[in-house]
Amino acid sequence: MQTNQLLAMFSGVLLLMGLIAFFLGRAKAARVRASGTAMYAQPDQYAWFAVVATAGPAITVGAIGAFLMLLLGAEIPTLYLLACSLVVAAIGLMVGMRQVKPDFHARQAIERVIRWILVAAAMISIFTTFGILFSIIFEALRFFQMHSFWDFITGTVWDPGASFLAAAGRGDEGGSAAQFGSVPLFAGTFMITAIAMLVAIPVGLLSAVYMAEFAPSRVRTFAKPTLEVLAGIPTVVYGFFAAITVAPIIVDVAGFFGLDASFNNAVAPGVVMGIMIIPFISSLSDDVISAVPDSMRQGSLALGMTKGETIRDVVIPAALPGIISASLLAVSRALGETMIVVMAAGMRPNLTANPLEDMTTVTVRIVAALTGDLEFESAETLSAFALGLVLFAVTLSLNLVSVLMIRRFREKYRVNNL
Amino acid sequence: MSRHESSRPEPGQPVTRNNNAHHELSIRVRDLNLWYGQTQALKNLNIDIYQKNITALIGPSGCGKSTFLRCLNRMNDLIPSVRLEGLVEMDGRDVNAAKMDEVALRRRVGMVFQKPNPFPKSIYDNVVYAPRMHDLVSRKPEQDELVEKALRDAGLWEEVKDKLHQPGTSLSGGQQQRLCIARAIAVQPDVILMDEPTSALDPISTATIEDLMDKLKQQFTIITVTHNMQQAARVADYTAFFHLGEIIEYNDTRTMFANPATKKAEDYITGRYG
Amino acid sequence: MSHSFDDISTQLRRRHRRSSRLKWISMGALGIAGLFLVLFFADMLAKGLPAFQQAQIQVEVDYNEDAQRMGRAALDPEVSRLVSRTFERLIPVRMRDNPELLGTTETRWVLADSEVDQYLKGHRHKLSESQQATVEALVQQDRVELKFNTTFFTSGDSKMPEAAGILSAAVGTVMTLLVTLAIAFPIGVMTAVYLEEFAPDNRLTQIIEININNLAAIPSILFGLLGLAIFINFFGVPRSTPLVGGMTLALMTLPVIIIATRTALRSVPDTIRHAAFGVGCSRWQVVRDHVLPLAMPGIMTGSIIGLAQAMGETAPLIIIGMVAFIPDAGSSFTQAATVLPAQIFTWAGEPEQAFVEKTAGGILVLLAILIFLNATAVVLRKKFERRW
Repeated sequence: MQTNQLLAMFSGVLLLMGLIAFFLGRAKAARVRASGTAMYAQPDQYAWFAVVATAGPAITVGAIGAFLMLLLGAEIPTLYLLACSLVVAAIGLMVGMRQVKPDFHARQAIERVIRWILVAAAMISIFTTFGILFSIIFEALRFFQMHSFWDFITGTVWDPGASFLAAAGRGDEGGSAAQFGSVPLFAGTFMITAIAMLVAIPVGLLSAVYMAEFAPSRVRTFAKPTLEVLAGIPTVVYGFFAAITVAPIIVDVAGFFGLDASFNNAVAPGVVMGIMIIPFISSLSDDVISAVPDSMRQGSLALGMTKGETIRDVVIPAALPGIISASLLAVSRALGETMIVVMAAGMRPNLTANPLEDMTTVTVRIVAALTGDLEFESAETLSAFALGLVLFAVTLSLNLVSVLMIRRFREKYRVNNL
Repeated sequence: MSRHESSRPEPGQPVTRNNNAHHELSIRVRDLNLWYGQTQALKNLNIDIYQKNITALIGPSGCGKSTFLRCLNRMNDLIPSVRLEGLVEMDGRDVNAAKMDEVALRRRVGMVFQKPNPFPKSIYDNVVYAPRMHDLVSRKPEQDELVEKALRDAGLWEEVKDKLHQPGTSLSGGQQQRLCIARAIAVQPDVILMDEPTSALDPISTATIEDLMDKLKQQFTIITVTHNMQQAARVADYTAFFHLGEIIEYNDTRTMFANPATKKAEDYITGRYG
Repeated sequence: MSHSFDDISTQLRRRHRRSSRLKWISMGALGIAGLFLVLFFADMLAKGLPAFQQAQIQVEVDYNEDAQRMGRAALDPEVSRLVSRTFERLIPVRMRDNPELLGTTETRWVLADSEVDQYLKGHRHKLSESQQATVEALVQQDRVELKFNTTFFTSGDSKMPEAAGILSAAVGTVMTLLVTLAIAFPIGVMTAVYLEEFAPDNRLTQIIEININNLAAIPSILFGLLGLAIFINFFGVPRSTPLVGGMTLALMTLPVIIIATRTALRSVPDTIRHAAFGVGCSRWQVVRDHVLPLAMPGIMTGSIIGLAQAMGETAPLIIIGMVAFIPDAGSSFTQAATVLPAQIFTWAGEPEQAFVEKTAGGILVLLAILIFLNATAVVLRKKFERRW
């Protein structure tokens, strides 16, 4: 029999046993209660306890077995494993039924189980982080066994070349050796991120200043959600916009000034990414600027400062930790942004300072390495995980610094809603 | 009572005059009315404020004394729902006139707030910021001199001279308030408004600030709002008693406290309510 | 030492100018941001709206002997090049299924070739001079027309732009999001309930909290790496399927749902909890019977927003192979599928000009759904908003 048929049968039988447990448990509890004995819990609670006693251990046994098979490669026939769980379920059913007696705290027992289920759910987010970390580190280590870490960090040539042939055992046919120097990728990433920030920080910050300090409240309630629409547009849409609409404009404009621009120039994805990021900066900055206590503004105005001077010299400096925090988050976002660069930036690793040339980024190479029909074991595929590891480390530290900054701001002004 | 009726003064002038003080007019207020939306907060105020004196505004909470104080440097402009009628005259000019630049007004009428609010800058920059913007000083030695003078006048110099470049917020509450006073006097205003400047401070800091106010009145006209009757009695030359948006009584402080002309003022001063 | 008002005002003039300059510049910045938004939507509408119309052509179909082998033989050679090849290919199949058709003729409207479509819409096209003349003549006879493009909504992907549609991607999106919701909603709500209502304030709780905030900021592509390494390579979940896509997106949506649920739970006042405790409810009963029902609108709003985010996500899905060419809508969670944004990505990479408008058309559909979802969330929030 097929595994999924087995699984379906197993689930069916378990469900049936659960139902039996429920009704038997309730019937017994009701009987005991009808006989006039005071019980600690309601019949339904005993019934639920019987269900938990039946299904809980059985599922645990099944899950442990499955993990043993996956993790340790232990060969347990699925049929035996499931049969074994069903036996456990039957035992659980019997034990559960025996527990249906007046002096048993069924409700507390159930609630203990519920609590553990909640804890387990909360742990999933931790497992996700560790999952990301371990999956990346593990595969990245395999990559660094093939290629030196030092070359990866300092090399200026990214040329996976024919590394997939090496994986297929035909390394000698590939010609030149593959090189994995990530510097051009990071240069491209930082170039595009820098362009994005050049767009997003001034526009976002000034918009925030207008919304928080000058705009009538009607404008503000309208403008803020409108700007946030920019953040809600899927990145694949921005990618299309950058590649089809913005890139040709950049080429034309560059041509007008007698400059030669590639259609995969870094400016188009950079600018579009900047547009996408504007609301990240404007929204958070607006919150932070609004949270600067009014007494600061009044103190400055009372000295005969104009409104502009007050904003520039008092409000902005006071809000600075929050603004920096927002900008760091935005940088982190830009570094990890994928679709815009995949669709609008180049594929060619290119170490240049000219934003009009095509250049590629870390995320583009990750996507390139993992799409197509490459052998998973090849160095190029694994290089995606090495790049991912660096990306993870950089964004993680940016996020943490950003959280610390905003916490400092919050403590300074005792603001709770940031 | 008869004593006052015989020489009925102009509206706004104190009923009796403190003969030891200067009598040059600083601010003249006539028929001032103010509304927050529909609610009238100030009713027909008339008061003359004299130069180089300390005038205390006392009265129960919500009587309009802080609101009145904020009329004098147009800080009420920041509240959109405020409407104002009447005359506030300084230097022969109506401060509420359309032509009057409220920034220029605030340049001449400084303010110290209830809670110390130093800027998120160093002690030095807190003091020098406004004078620099007003082009009072430009070169570094001038700035240093000005900072030292302002901090000395505010009685803070000895405590902070070694840490001028630490943030203003690192000081204690009383020091912060004196820093705010230094900041206010550094721009050389004519008038300093103080809105319960000691209410957030401990008794020792309060005493320091009161001494300071006494020294500062050599140079500046000081108008202070206070909740603290003893404080008004200690520092003020003139005292105005506010109640429900009206000035019930305005007199030189000694007369006001020794021999209040109205029943309400007497009740308030003797602690019957407030 | 004191300055008169006039002196000060003179000096102030320059400073006032600078101050109002800041106002105008900042207003301009907001204007620029708004302008970006307007330009973007205008551009998408201009590019995408034509996709909802498609050229159709009226042809005589002659079901002759030759057409049994080669569909093209059924058509007038002059017109046959203007007809979509999907239709030509269908003719032999139809004749095999309905042998009685042999020897008959019929006049019917069929899909025109995408080049005709592009020509009629005034876009770049590859029609020769004579073909253009033919099309013009047919237009005169009302035998070529732009009609509402039902194919776009009723068929899956195709290599021929005129026959390509979003159905399979839409079905894939729905299936993927079902998986996402089925995983992320219960786990997210349970996590939030634990953190808000049960968790002691200890180190572990703090770590979980920091971790959740962090997860929300991790680049989405890294979730793709996780899906590939853990779900596909380790657990053996089939690649390119709604199952693995949904699982990956669920992990991304989790923080959004957790954060929204926590906010919703926090906004339920403690008096409600105290009242319920007071009548002898256990902690779990308080949560289940009193707090959760009151927090439900907020939880729903957050979940919808999280779903909308997941719906637009592409990068992690590319990594786990959900960009396959899927001509037919899938029917199982373990069959290869694609989703709307991935379809948009695939089309954006097609060289034919006609795919540009398909891409933009797909984008318009995606944006419309996202706007609808977010509007629903806003309405939900407004409707159930409660001031305690």
